[in-house]
Amino acid sequence: MYGLAMVKGLMVTLKNLTRKPFTIQYPEERAKQHPRFRGEEFVWYEERCTGCASCAKYCPLGIIKIETSPSGSMIPQGEKYRLEVFDIELQRCMFCGLCVEACPYDALFMGSGFEQGQYSRKNMVITIDQLRNAEKHPSTWFRPQLEGYEGGTDSFRRTPTIAQGESRFSYDPRGGPPLGWREVGRESWRWHQSEKAGMRLEQDEAVPDTGSDEPPQSGRGSDAAAD
Amino acid sequence: MTIRTEPMTVNVGPQHPSTHGVFRVRITFDGEDIVEVEPVFGYLHRGTEKLAEERNYVQVVTLTDRLDYTSSMINNQAYCLAVEKLLGVEPPPRARYLRTLTAELQRIASHLIAVGFFVQELGAFGTPLMYGFRSRERILELFEMLCGARITVSYMRPGGVFADAPRDFWPALNRFLEDFEDEFAEMEQLLLENEILMIRTRGVSPIPPEVAINNSVSGPVLRASGVNWDWRKQEPYDAYDQVEFDVPIGSNWDNYDRFWVRIQEVHQSIRIIKQCIAQIEPGPVRLDLPLVLRPEAGREAYGRVEASKGELGFYLVSDGGISPYRCKIRSPSLINLTVIEHLLVGWKLADMIVSLGSIDINMGEVDR
Amino acid sequence: MSCQLASDSILYANGIYRLVYEIVGVVLPCWVAYAIAGLVFAFILVNAVLLGAAVITWGERRVLGRFQNRVGPNRWGPFGLFQPVADLVKLLTKEDLRPEGSDRVVFSLVPVLMVAPLILMTAVVPFARNTALASLNVGVLFILAVSSITSVAIFMAGWSSNNRYAMFGAARAVAVLISYEIPVVLSLLGVVMVAASMSLGTIVEAQALPFFLVQPLAFLVFMAGMSAELNRSPFDVAEAESEIIAGYHTEYSGVRFALIQAAEFGGVGVVAAIAATLFLGGWSGPWSEYLGWLWFLIKTGIIVFLFIWFRATYPRLRIDQIMAFSWKFLLPLAMVNLVVVTLEVFLLRGDDGVLTHTDLAIMAAINLAVTVIAIAVFGNLIKDRVTFRTRQPQQVVVPGVSTIEVS
Repeated sequence: MYGLAMVKGLMVTLKNLTRKPFTIQYPEERAKQHPRFRGEEFVWYEERCTGCASCAKYCPLGIIKIETSPSGSMIPQGEKYRLEVFDIELQRCMFCGLCVEACPYDALFMGSGFEQGQYSRKNMVITIDQLRNAEKHPSTWFRPQLEGYEGGTDSFRRTPTIAQGESRFSYDPRGGPPLGWREVGRESWRWHQSEKAGMRLEQDEAVPDTGSDEPPQSGRGSDAAAD
Repeated sequence: MTIRTEPMTVNVGPQHPSTHGVFRVRITFDGEDIVEVEPVFGYLHRGTEKLAEERNYVQVVTLTDRLDYTSSMINNQAYCLAVEKLLGVEPPPRARYLRTLTAELQRIASHLIAVGFFVQELGAFGTPLMYGFRSRERILELFEMLCGARITVSYMRPGGVFADAPRDFWPALNRFLEDFEDEFAEMEQLLLENEILMIRTRGVSPIPPEVAINNSVSGPVLRASGVNWDWRKQEPYDAYDQVEFDVPIGSNWDNYDRFWVRIQEVHQSIRIIKQCIAQIEPGPVRLDLPLVLRPEAGREAYGRVEASKGELGFYLVSDGGISPYRCKIRSPSLINLTVIEHLLVGWKLADMIVSLGSIDINMGEVDR
Repeated sequence: MSCQLASDSILYANGIYRLVYEIVGVVLPCWVAYAIAGLVFAFILVNAVLLGAAVITWGERRVLGRFQNRVGPNRWGPFGLFQPVADLVKLLTKEDLRPEGSDRVVFSLVPVLMVAPLILMTAVVPFARNTALASLNVGVLFILAVSSITSVAIFMAGWSSNNRYAMFGAARAVAVLISYEIPVVLSLLGVVMVAASMSLGTIVEAQALPFFLVQPLAFLVFMAGMSAELNRSPFDVAEAESEIIAGYHTEYSGVRFALIQAAEFGGVGVVAAIAATLFLGGWSGPWSEYLGWLWFLIKTGIIVFLFIWFRATYPRLRIDQIMAFSWKFLLPLAMVNLVVVTLEVFLLRGDDGVLTHTDLAIMAAINLAVTVIAIAVFGNLIKDRVTFRTRQPQQVVVPGVSTIEVS
């Protein structure tokens, strides 16, 4: 009343005048990027891909184009196809990550970049060669096995508990080293841990306050095969 | 002596700084007073309902993100509830808590935008808006931590959520809640009792409860009209029956009450989030459902939530196929717009913008 | 031969003018020297206003940014100082659009009419001792008269644009400008009465105690009125961007828009300079013989900061509320101030007609009390718009659902 609340408002803005700005000056500074960030460039491991085209079928927009031919390799495990075309039309992609969710062999990952602007639309298609040759910085989106990754090769450990008030990402897709196909997959990890296929692994005990960070079990062939 | 005046018709929008996107109102003015209102919408029509009919049940989740892009989490939740009803399944408890928690975070973010733009339309040069964005930024960062995206989250799936929160999420959430109390108190101090805001909004464009109910208005607008109606209380879904919260109700039915109800709901959301953090227990977060869902033929279900703007409902019909036979979206913004004539006619041009801001429409949802 | 300015000329008190006039007058005839000296000073004034406008656009955006926890423009030059230059280049290279059906002549005349009064107003403002271009003995009256041109220019802009939003803006602006002229004039009368002069130089010298202490009520009314005349928040209805896009200058683009913007921000600077002169003591301060201009700039800066601060904090009033605020609140306050100051001057002034420092201090004490009482009384009278109405709880029955409690 009588403008007292307005004076209070003036004090609020004056207090904020002395504060540090909360905005980030983008090209010089960058916001902290979380490991689950669904980045633009996809990470694809040809060694893990069987050419089943689950990703293409599951894409809500149908922007993944896959052409395969029989390779004649790995007949006992179910034949692995040779990939001839693997085009992702980035300009129509909405980065929902459902293709990653659908991949039964952990061959496709979301990337971690966000600066794929191009001057021409035809440059916006990621081809199979680009996917093959790109540096691979996979996001941990739907790939919880990466969340325990602490860098270095083959050293997968569960994250230690984090002290209250301090946030630390154990895995940094942007800054960390690129990962090879042996380091990223659930099957690969288990195989390397046991050094022998067919050995069963113990489940890690769940940390009480955060629960299990196993992926959602959705009754897929890959999990059955891995276990 | 009487002065003869001539009515003047103005198209406000679709290119107008404060019609919340591409809304258009054809208004006939007598001087500055509004005598006739004709809303025109459809400029952002993307055919979400039809698109949903040719995508499978999980893929539709990505479409719901884009309905009301300021409250994607709540849209996900409404859709997933509908699919779960269709399938006759219940998500595991941890998933229910995670959904409640993220939906309330999203409600805070959405209300911050609503309040910020409401005051922006009153003419405060972006200051409350920026303070709101400052806090919303933190919420979006939490979402990025949780699911890798800030706006188009696609976090929930029929049968739970796609993954558990990462370990860093919980300390970050606690820190956000600590900071947010101060930041929000600052915003309240700036706005809640401001005399200019009071005289601009007190008693302006009241919606009596009868009118609100007859027009199917829902959400904060209905509650500001003095009706105690909140789907979280009336028909609790997810973990809302496990938490305690109050439903703020307006007594003057005017623009100020609609603003005030949103401010109070943010407080209640914080309360709910704190209870969720206390109550959540480890466990699975997603049901063991196949990726491609096939509900029984002939089943239909209506899942609804109390979204940040009102009752958001998804009506799904299954024909046994992998995609819904029909998907009808009951979007709160569109239904809340039905009171627009009652809201605007007889008030001034300046009030019209503010009243539009007070019902907090979102064109992504109005046009679908 | 050399020229001497007559000592009764209104230009005589201006040291810079006299210097140029006498130096040029050594080699050229007197009428040429007269013109050259005038042009030199006009050049200084025009550049001061336009440069001031540029600095204020930059400063406003930076300070507003910090008020809002942002950074503001910081890309061009150190701290973004060259941002106005970049803006200017952008606006100059843009197409100069003129809407169909607009009145060509009137439309083109507006930017000039917006800038001209500002430059005229600066002519009587002393930047330091003896630097006003013309130490008019009716300086205050001159300022009030010239500043009214703006309302005509705004109405011309709205009328000639053939745009309904522009028309709204123009109608609002004219209504606001006319109603706020009166309280402003009345508040300035108090100042004139205490200083016993309308010349701005004399008013500065009369401020043994700055007038915003002596007449807080007048300062308040003047600041509120000037905010309205400048279309500044919370009275910026004429160009309320959330309601009527940009108000009267909706249709302007390119260099015309640049000029209108320069006029707006230059207006802030000029009004701040006038307010600093009339109420904050202008160039007076320690070492004002040498540092007068610095004191003047600092005081102007404080007023500009106040304008920016209000803009960062307050929402906008509605047009009818603005009119009510002027007629029901500011006008009575200005009247009260006028009556009180008249009585005080009548009682306190000695036989020599001069108010001493003690007199001013007594007036300050009395007027502070009067201010508080007057604001409380008149605030109470217009309070009913702010109070809460409460309704009795009632039951509303919705068929088929349940009984809903309506409070």
